[in-house]
Amino acid sequence: MTVERALEGVGGALDDRFRGAKGFRTLFRKIFPDHWTFLLGEIALYSFIILLLTGTFLTFFFQPSMTEVIYHGSYTHLDGARMSEAYASTLNISFDVRGGLLMRQIHHWAADLFVAAILAHMLRIFFSGAYRKPREVNWLIGLAMLTLAMLEGLFGYSLPDDLLSGAGLRITEGVMQSVPLVGTYLAFFLFGGAYPGNVIIPRMYIIHVLLIPGILLALITAHLFIMFHQKHTQMPGKGRTEKNVVGAPLYPYFMAKTGAFFFFTFAACALASTFAQINPIWLYGPYNPVSISAGSQPDFYMGFLEGSLRMMPAWEWNVAGHTFSFNVFIPALLPLGLIFTAAALWPFLEQWITGDRREHHINDRPRNAPTRTALGMGAVAFYGVLWAEGANDVLADHLDVPLYTITRIAQVAIFVLPVVAYILTKRICLGLQRKDLHLLEHGVETGIIRQLPSGEFIEETRPVDEEARAVLESRPVPLSLPPAEQDVPAPGMRGGVGQLRERLNEVVNESVPLTESDGYGGHGNGHGNGHAIGSGQPDHEPAAIPAGGSGEHSGAGATAQDDGDADQRPDS
Amino acid sequence: MGWITARRRHPAAGYAVVLLGLLVVAAIYSAVTGGGGAASAASPVGGPRAQINAGQRLFLANCATCHGLEAQGTSGVAPSLIGVGAAAVDFQVGTGRMPARGPDAEEPRKPVIFNQAQIHDIAGYIQSLAGGPPIPTAQQVSTSGASIALGQSLFTANCAQCHNFVGAGGALTYGKYAPALDPSTPTQIYEAMQTGPEAMPVFNDTTITPSEKRDIIAYITATRAQPNPGGFSLGRVGPVTEGLVAFLGLLFFMVLAALWITAKHGKAHE
Amino acid sequence: MSDTDARGGLPEDRDYQAGRGSAADADQPAGEVPAGRHRVIGTPPPATSRTMLGTDQGDGDGARQKPRELPAGPADPRSARKAERVVAACFIFSMVASIGFIAAYIGLEVHSVDAVLRSNLALGTSMALAFLALGVGATIWVRHLMPAVELTEARKPMASSPGDRAAFGETFEEGADASGFKRPLVRRTLIAATVPLAVAPLVLLRDMGPLPGTSLRYTVWRKGIRLLVYGSNRPLRPADFGTPGGMITVVPEGYEDDFDALAKAATIIIKFRPGELQPPTVMNWTVDGIVAYSKICTHVGCPVALYEQTTEHILCPCHQSTFDAPRGAQVIFGPAARPLPQLPITTNAEGFLVAQSDYTVPVGPSFWERG
Repeated sequence: MTVERALEGVGGALDDRFRGAKGFRTLFRKIFPDHWTFLLGEIALYSFIILLLTGTFLTFFFQPSMTEVIYHGSYTHLDGARMSEAYASTLNISFDVRGGLLMRQIHHWAADLFVAAILAHMLRIFFSGAYRKPREVNWLIGLAMLTLAMLEGLFGYSLPDDLLSGAGLRITEGVMQSVPLVGTYLAFFLFGGAYPGNVIIPRMYIIHVLLIPGILLALITAHLFIMFHQKHTQMPGKGRTEKNVVGAPLYPYFMAKTGAFFFFTFAACALASTFAQINPIWLYGPYNPVSISAGSQPDFYMGFLEGSLRMMPAWEWNVAGHTFSFNVFIPALLPLGLIFTAAALWPFLEQWITGDRREHHINDRPRNAPTRTALGMGAVAFYGVLWAEGANDVLADHLDVPLYTITRIAQVAIFVLPVVAYILTKRICLGLQRKDLHLLEHGVETGIIRQLPSGEFIEETRPVDEEARAVLESRPVPLSLPPAEQDVPAPGMRGGVGQLRERLNEVVNESVPLTESDGYGGHGNGHGNGHAIGSGQPDHEPAAIPAGGSGEHSGAGATAQDDGDADQRPDS
Repeated sequence: MGWITARRRHPAAGYAVVLLGLLVVAAIYSAVTGGGGAASAASPVGGPRAQINAGQRLFLANCATCHGLEAQGTSGVAPSLIGVGAAAVDFQVGTGRMPARGPDAEEPRKPVIFNQAQIHDIAGYIQSLAGGPPIPTAQQVSTSGASIALGQSLFTANCAQCHNFVGAGGALTYGKYAPALDPSTPTQIYEAMQTGPEAMPVFNDTTITPSEKRDIIAYITATRAQPNPGGFSLGRVGPVTEGLVAFLGLLFFMVLAALWITAKHGKAHE
Repeated sequence: MSDTDARGGLPEDRDYQAGRGSAADADQPAGEVPAGRHRVIGTPPPATSRTMLGTDQGDGDGARQKPRELPAGPADPRSARKAERVVAACFIFSMVASIGFIAAYIGLEVHSVDAVLRSNLALGTSMALAFLALGVGATIWVRHLMPAVELTEARKPMASSPGDRAAFGETFEEGADASGFKRPLVRRTLIAATVPLAVAPLVLLRDMGPLPGTSLRYTVWRKGIRLLVYGSNRPLRPADFGTPGGMITVVPEGYEDDFDALAKAATIIIKFRPGELQPPTVMNWTVDGIVAYSKICTHVGCPVALYEQTTEHILCPCHQSTFDAPRGAQVIFGPAARPLPQLPITTNAEGFLVAQSDYTVPVGPSFWERG
C-alpha cells in the first residue's frame, strides 16, 4: 500500500469527520529549535510516562492495607514475621512475581530520574532566562509540578510500609504536629487519629495513584501546550532572531529524535534497575514505631528538608500554655518556602528591576546575565548545603569526619557559601564576558607566529567565524528605567522603593559592555588582524519596546543580522 | 657521586628524590615506633596455672603500659580490665583492636598480632583476676535451628540504630562509629553483645537470652551472605548512594544521549 | 529573507510564512472584516487575503508544481546505505533482545533470592538492550539517513493586535450587557450562593479523623504495668538487668503489638553504676541504678536508641539530638528542645520492674497545646 493510498483511505476517513488536514499540516511543519539542553524537560516527560506504565503494573499486585499478616512467602528470612499487607504485598511483588522486582526498581529509578531531570531542566530554564515573558506562567506551572513530583515520590516510597520510609512518615507527622494552632488537628486528620493508625497507607495510595498523577497529567498537558503555542525558545546563533524559529520540522525530524530519546530514557532506567539495587525493602524490614536504623535518609529530593531539620538549633518557646516549636517548623517551612517563593516571584521581580517587559525568545548565555547567574548559583549553594547536611551521618561514617563537626560546618556554610558562590560566579561571568569581547576585538589565535621587521614576534589571529560571531554578539540590550523628567522621578521610581529599584537595576545590569554600540571600538590593534571586527555591519539601534506592546517586537539580541526587512508578517 | 650529578636533570630525578625521602622517613618511623613484632613467648604446654602465667607475661609485655600492671586501668587512657572477663579479651585482641595503636576516638579493627593460643592465655589471665563473661563455646554461637525472622526483629530493635539495618555500620559522636559487621565472626558478635566493647552497650544473657543472641547472629550472617537480587548493593546504606547514582549515573547518561542526538556532525550534515 | 545556509548541495531551503494553519486565525487586515453588527462570524476570509505558501496547489494533479520543502534523501547515498545497514542491525538486535525478554520471563522462575537475581538480570539486561538498540538505531537514522535541514519559521508576537483586543472587548461587553450580570441583585445573590457551596467540600473532610483532644498528653503506661523486653516480651527483674552499661527497649505489658500505643509508650532502660545517676534525674523513679526514659525523641518522634556506653549519651539517629543519660536526659546537642521524659519505675511484689504511673509530661514531639 503506497503512502498516497493510505492517506486517501484512513486519512480521508478521519478528515471527513474531523477536518484535520490544514491543522495537521501546520503541526507537521512546525519548526523545533535544537539544543541538547532542550531535551532535559523531555527526560522528565518520558520518566513520567515510564512511571505511569510501571506504576500501573504495580497496582495490579500491591495491597494498600495496614492489616497485620504473618508472612509465609518466598523471602525466607522473614518467614513467620508480622507485617502489614502493604509490606507483604511488596515482598510478593519482589520475590513471587516474575518481572516484579524489575518493575519496582524501574519505577523507583524513574521517580528519582524524574525529579533530577526536573531540577536540571529548571536550572537550565533559569540560567538561560527562558522564564521571561511570555513564559512566566509556564515557569509557575513547572514549579507546581516540581512540588507535586516531590510529594508524589514521598508518598510513593512510603507505600511499602518499611522501616526506612516509616521513619520518614513519623518525622512528617512530628513536623505536622508542631505547626502552631492547627498542627495536631492536621496530624490527626491525615492519620485518622493517633500515629500511626491504620488509614495512612490507603490514603497515601489513592493520592499517589490517582490524585497527584491526574493533576500532573493536566499540568504537563498545559505546560506542553503553552510551549507549543508560544514556540520554544532558541539558543543565540547565526540567523536566529527574536522573530523567528530556526530548526527542523516536527515531522519527521523532531518526532524521530524525541522517539529515540524516549527509548534512551527507558533504556537508562532499565539499565539502572538491572545493575543498581534500589529500595531493598526486604533488608529494611517491616515498619514498627519502636525501631530505627542508622543512616535513615529520605530519597534525595527530600534531602534538603532533612538537612534543614538536622542543622536547626533547639529553639522552642513556651508561652501561656502553648508551644512554638521553632526548631521544627522553621526548618520544615523556611528553606522550602524561601526557595519556591523566590523562584515563583523572580520573573516578575526581574521585570520590575530591569523594566524589561519585552518578549524574549532568544535564550541568554548565562555569562551575559551575570547577576542572574550568580543569584542562581547562590540558591544552588544554599540548597546544596542543606542537601549535604541531610546525609551528615553517612558522610561522617564514610569520610571519617566527626558527626557534630559536619553539622557545625553546615550551620556556618548555609550563610557563607551562598554569598561566596554569588561573588565567585559573578566574577567568573564577567571574566567570560571579557574573554568574549577579546575574541570579538582581536580574533582567534591561529598559532602562526610571524616576525615583524622591527624584530617583534606576534601571533596571527583570524576573525571569529560567522556562526561564533553571532553567538558572541548576542547580548541583551539592557533597558534603562524610566528617567526623571525635570527632576521629577517617573512613576514607579519614586521614594525609597524607587531608589531601591534604581540600585538593583544597576546591580542586575552589571556587565562587560560590548563597547560603543556595536562597533567594538573599531580598532585593529596593529597586529595584522584588522578584520577581527565584523565588517560592513550597519549600526543597529535597538528599538525601545512599549510595555505589553502589540506592535513590532524588535529583537532583544543585538545581533546585527536582526533586520526588520526579514519580517514578512502582515502588519497587525 | 658523579653518577648522580650527571643525572640530576633527568626527568625522573624529582620522583627519585621524593621516593628516597619517603623510604628514609619510613625507616626512621618504624625504627622509632617499633611496630607489631609478634610476641616471642610461645604458649607453654601445661595446665591452667601455666596458661595464666603465660597470659600474665604477655599482658605485662603488651598491655600493661596502658592498662596498668594490675590491669587496673589508667585514667583517660585505658579502662580497667577488672571483671571484663575472657570474652572481652578474646573480642578486643581477636579483632586486632588491641593492642591499640594509640589513643583514638575508637579503636579500629586491625590485623591480629597474636595467635589464638596466646589470646586465650591473656584471656585466661584476665578472667583469673575477677571473673567475667567467659569465651562462648561453639555450641553457644551455632546458628543451626535459629530463627532469622526473630533475629531480624531483635536486631532491628536493639542494634540497627547504631549498626544500620543490615549491619553496614553507622556514625556515633566525636569520631566514634559503630563498625560494619561484615568481618565479624559469630563468636565475636556474641562477645560484643556480652561485653559491650567501646561505646556499645552491654546486652547480657538475661536481657537478650543466649537463644536470642543466636537468632541475631543468624540474621547478621545470613543477611551479609545474601546476594543482592536487584543489582549492585550500593553499600546497603540507603537513599544516599541511590541519589548519587541517580545524578552521576542516570542523568549523566541521559545528557550524553541528548548531546549525541542533537550533535551537528553526522555525515548528513557535512 | 532568512539566513539559513544551503548545505551540501541540497535544494534551497524554504522560508515558511507565518503559520496560518489555525482556523481561528484572526490575523486579517482590519479592513476586510465588515464593521458593525452585521459581521458574520466564521466565514472564511476572501480569496484576496494572504494565504500559506503552497496551498494554491492544494489539489495536486500528479507532478508537483512547486519545489520540495524537504529534500528527498540524504546528501551522500553511499554512506547513507552504510548507515542503513547499521540501523537495520540495531533494530534486529533490539528485536532479538525483546524476544529474549519474553523467553527469560517464560523460562526463569522466581521464588528465591538467587532465582530473582537471575531473573532480574536476564529480564533487565534484555529490556535495556532492546531499548538501547532502538534508541541507537533511531538516532543513527535521524543523523545519517535524514537529510540535514535548517528551516526558519516566523514568530508572531504573542500579544493580539489592538483590533483583535478591541473586538474581543466589544464581544465581551455586549455579552455582559445581554447577560444581565450587571444587575446587582442576581449577581450578588449568585455569589452569596456559591460561598457555602465552596465551603461544603472542606466541611465534608471533618470525619477524616477524630479531634486530638488531650490524647497527645498521655500514654498507656499506668501504675503496675510491667516492663517487657521488646521482641521477646519477657518481664525483667533488676538482677536480670544488672550489668552496668546495659540498655534495652521495653514496652508496656498488654500493648506488645499495639503500634498506636507503642508509638508513644516505647521506653528504654539503662543500667548505671551506683552514684552515676545525678539530678535532674528523679532518683525516686529509678531502681538500683536502672533509669527509664521515653524512647520517642522530643524533636520529631524518631525512636532515640543509640546509647553510647562510654560517653553515656543517648543519640537519636535521625537528626542527631543528643541526650545526657545520667543527668535526666538533658539535651546537649541537636535540634531537640526538651529532655526525654523519664518514666517512674519501681518493682512490684514479685520483684519485676513495673511503672509507677504514666509519664508526668507529654512524650514525643512538641505540639501547640502542650504548654
